[in-house]
Amino acid sequence: MEALNMILAMKFEIALTLLIFILLFLKIDGRANNVFLIRLTNLLLVLNLALGFFGNETQDIFGGMFRTSPLLAIEKSVLNLAVLLISLFSYDWLKKHRHLSEFFILLFSSLLGFFFMLSSGNLLMFYLGLELSTIPLTALCNFDLEKKASSESAFKLIMSSAFSSAILLFGISLIYGATGTIGFSEIAASLSSSQLEVLGFVLFFTGFAFKLSIVPFHLWAADVYEGAPVAITAYLSVVSKGAMAFVFITVLYAVFGKLAITWFYMLTISAAITITIGNLFAIRQQNLKRFFAFSSIAQVGYILIAISSATQIGVASVVYFILIYVFTNLAAFAIISVISSQTGKETVNDYKGLYASNPGLALVMALALFSLAGIPPMAGFFGKLFLLTSGAQTGSWWLIIIASLNLVISLYYYLRIVIVMFADRNSEPLEKIKLTSTVFASLCLCVAGILILGFAGRTFDVILQYAAKL
Amino acid sequence: MNLSLLILLPVLTSLAILVVRDAKQVRVVALLGSLLQLALVGWLTLAYVNARNAGAAAQFLFEQRTVWFSAFNIQYYVGVDGISVAMIGLTALVVLAGVLVSWKVEKMTKEYFFLLLFLAAGAYGFFMSLDLFVMFFFLEVAVIPKFLLIAIWGSGRKEYSANKLALMLMGGSALVFVGLLAIFFYNSSPTFDLVALSQSHIPLAVQHKFFPLLFLGFGVFGALFPFHTWVPDGHSSAPTAASMFLAGISMKLGGYGCLRVATYLMPEAAHEYQWIIILLSAIAILYGAFATMMQTDLKYINAYSSVSHCGFVLLGIGMLSKTAITGAVMQMVSHGLMTALFFAAIGMLYERTHTRIVAQMGGLLKITPFIGTVFFIAGLCSLGLPGLSAFPAEMTVFMGSWQNPDRWYRLATIAACASIVVTAVYILRALGAVMWGELRIADLGLRNENANEVSFGDAEWNEKLAAVILIAGIVLIGVAPFLLQKLVDGGVQEIAQQLTRMAF
Repeated sequence: MEALNMILAMKFEIALTLLIFILLFLKIDGRANNVFLIRLTNLLLVLNLALGFFGNETQDIFGGMFRTSPLLAIEKSVLNLAVLLISLFSYDWLKKHRHLSEFFILLFSSLLGFFFMLSSGNLLMFYLGLELSTIPLTALCNFDLEKKASSESAFKLIMSSAFSSAILLFGISLIYGATGTIGFSEIAASLSSSQLEVLGFVLFFTGFAFKLSIVPFHLWAADVYEGAPVAITAYLSVVSKGAMAFVFITVLYAVFGKLAITWFYMLTISAAITITIGNLFAIRQQNLKRFFAFSSIAQVGYILIAISSATQIGVASVVYFILIYVFTNLAAFAIISVISSQTGKETVNDYKGLYASNPGLALVMALALFSLAGIPPMAGFFGKLFLLTSGAQTGSWWLIIIASLNLVISLYYYLRIVIVMFADRNSEPLEKIKLTSTVFASLCLCVAGILILGFAGRTFDVILQYAAKL
Repeated sequence: MNLSLLILLPVLTSLAILVVRDAKQVRVVALLGSLLQLALVGWLTLAYVNARNAGAAAQFLFEQRTVWFSAFNIQYYVGVDGISVAMIGLTALVVLAGVLVSWKVEKMTKEYFFLLLFLAAGAYGFFMSLDLFVMFFFLEVAVIPKFLLIAIWGSGRKEYSANKLALMLMGGSALVFVGLLAIFFYNSSPTFDLVALSQSHIPLAVQHKFFPLLFLGFGVFGALFPFHTWVPDGHSSAPTAASMFLAGISMKLGGYGCLRVATYLMPEAAHEYQWIIILLSAIAILYGAFATMMQTDLKYINAYSSVSHCGFVLLGIGMLSKTAITGAVMQMVSHGLMTALFFAAIGMLYERTHTRIVAQMGGLLKITPFIGTVFFIAGLCSLGLPGLSAFPAEMTVFMGSWQNPDRWYRLATIAACASIVVTAVYILRALGAVMWGELRIADLGLRNENANEVSFGDAEWNEKLAAVILIAGIVLIGVAPFLLQKLVDGGVQEIAQQLTRMAF
């Protein structure tokens, strides 16, 4: 019985490991062609997603090293969903890829790392999960094998990751030195806000800031995003950020709860700077991947506002926002991916007159941009406003005013792309792009998510109900 | 009466527009949809009046409530009082007229009508929502269609104007949102419920800090000086129907929000900041009027005069007395109809002459008697001719304002009154130059001096119908202002009571 419970507790990780092994055997066998592999993987990913809805209970196993709870299950399912969508919309690009199995194996290893990190109950496990997720990811950045920019992006990511890991480890070692333990609950119990602990925490926070690309630790993001294959850019901006934000919540609330005053100011100040800088830099970007790099930096700032509230509603708002963000951002990346894989064009100017040549794609892109900008009735409106509403609970009105006014800046640059697509003429428009059914399915899913989630108020209640049992 | 029908109907119409095939069907669907809306609104008005006559005493009628996000206490909560009914009626008239004058739109017809009707859904929702979050939702729903209408179908510096409009309105709504959050969080059981909030007492400290945000935020929509600058650019670049919607509906969102949310919920702060509101609206009235005198483009003329006329709305609200607020509400309805009519007439002329510059036109009454007449009616209404809607509305604002014994407020009232003279100057000058005198052939690109051979004719059925609908509204209010006054009386009474109850 206990063994069964353990399997249930780790079902996300076990399922993913199985998936990796299946792909590995097929690779060794060597007979499966790409289309079959993609279809099989997508099918298994759907099953994997469905698995997440059953038997989620709060459990601690391996002496508290590995924890699981309904909220963690929801978070993992959100990440699973994102990976499924990425795999669906990258169909065109994947089909032609020489190393498809490796791509999937690395992708799922990285996801597995995030799962372990989410479930971790002590700093060692946490660090292990983090590295398991980062190292395959840097390899993935290099998967546009013919492009130099892709290698450059991988190199930049591995350097900045190594650097941030070093800082993180330094922080962890100081915390260990101060408290004499690496278990989350033990640390939480023995924290006394001594200067050494605060120093360790600040370094720890900095490591996170790198991964979440919080200003001023955001400089790697744009270059890495631009060079990496679109699928990986999407993964970096949605899955990686989402997972880091989830973990951030656990770590701040459950482990460093006693340092709340310290991190409240760190969060609010860096949120204000991150939103403003991200937005200002996004205005001038021509390459769409760079554009979304900066826009997602700004979005992270909004997430930080909700995290600073330290309430269950704040947690629920973050999860809800990231769920919406998965649909919204991946809709945009799906369009970029399709257009990039068929025409190789990725700049804003290439999208001139897109509505005339490809009305469907332009519409989906517009919906995604409106949702990112927080325009109702798109779901992004609710996501963003709930982040601000939970942030306002602490009464830091200066931050709410800065964040709200930043909505205006972000509206400007999102609308710029809408104008380009709908109103501008293009002497050499993109040709009519044919959608495969797989890509079409992913677009439909994303659009459905964008349009429906805001009206399904129950979703938020369900998340909140689980967030209560953090 | 199910109020949600009024939101569903335009949404369904716009969805139907997406489904049908060619431009002709799109127009027919849009027209049917807006006719149905008008019928529904007529029914709503009747039902409302009947219910009131039968003694329904509740503040809001036909209420509907459904929980939306229970965690934030957000409810889909709608209901109407007389003020809402009046604004909804205005919306329905302007939407129908807007659809009619857009009959000839060839470029992306489907998308155009989709956006028009979607905007209408936002406006209806805004005017009937009693939950502040839902109200904010609809306020923002109404912004982006305007942006797209101007950016895609506009003329002149359309991208600049569209951006300016969207960003300024979004900035306004960002301020509104902060204000709403402050209202939401001030007590221990946070709520967005307008009715519940009006019965509780928002602490003075909260009012003091956040009333300016709310009033400014809505004020941007209502062309509060100095945040009126989107009005001239937006109007002049917008296609005809979008101009009509902007002036007829969107600017009213601001006035309604200032009244219903800022003033109603924060009466003490309204008294505290009263002098600023009055000062700014008096400046807007005078500045708008004088700025209009310098304009050469018909659309700019009407846009700046809108700034001036919307100043009356804010002045009436700022005076915080029952009569003045009644006047403000009447002025909102009257100005909505009148400006829509004016923009429709300008659009019709522009379609024919391809110019909006006053100096390039002349003697058009000879060729286009119908449009000319419409133009005159709109102009005369604008300068406050008795018998048309603006006269009773502005008169009521002045009466209400004068009741306030403060010397400076009376001075502001006198200044506002004086602006009518300026209005008369610019309106009559423009009317005369465009309609009378010699037919200015060369500038109009007509073929020769014989008026019989001009390349365009008078208004067509759709344009005539649109004009007649709007004129009917204007004349009705002008001749029988007591109908409108009686309709809004209950709602205004409630707000006025709130203002006195809280202050003294």
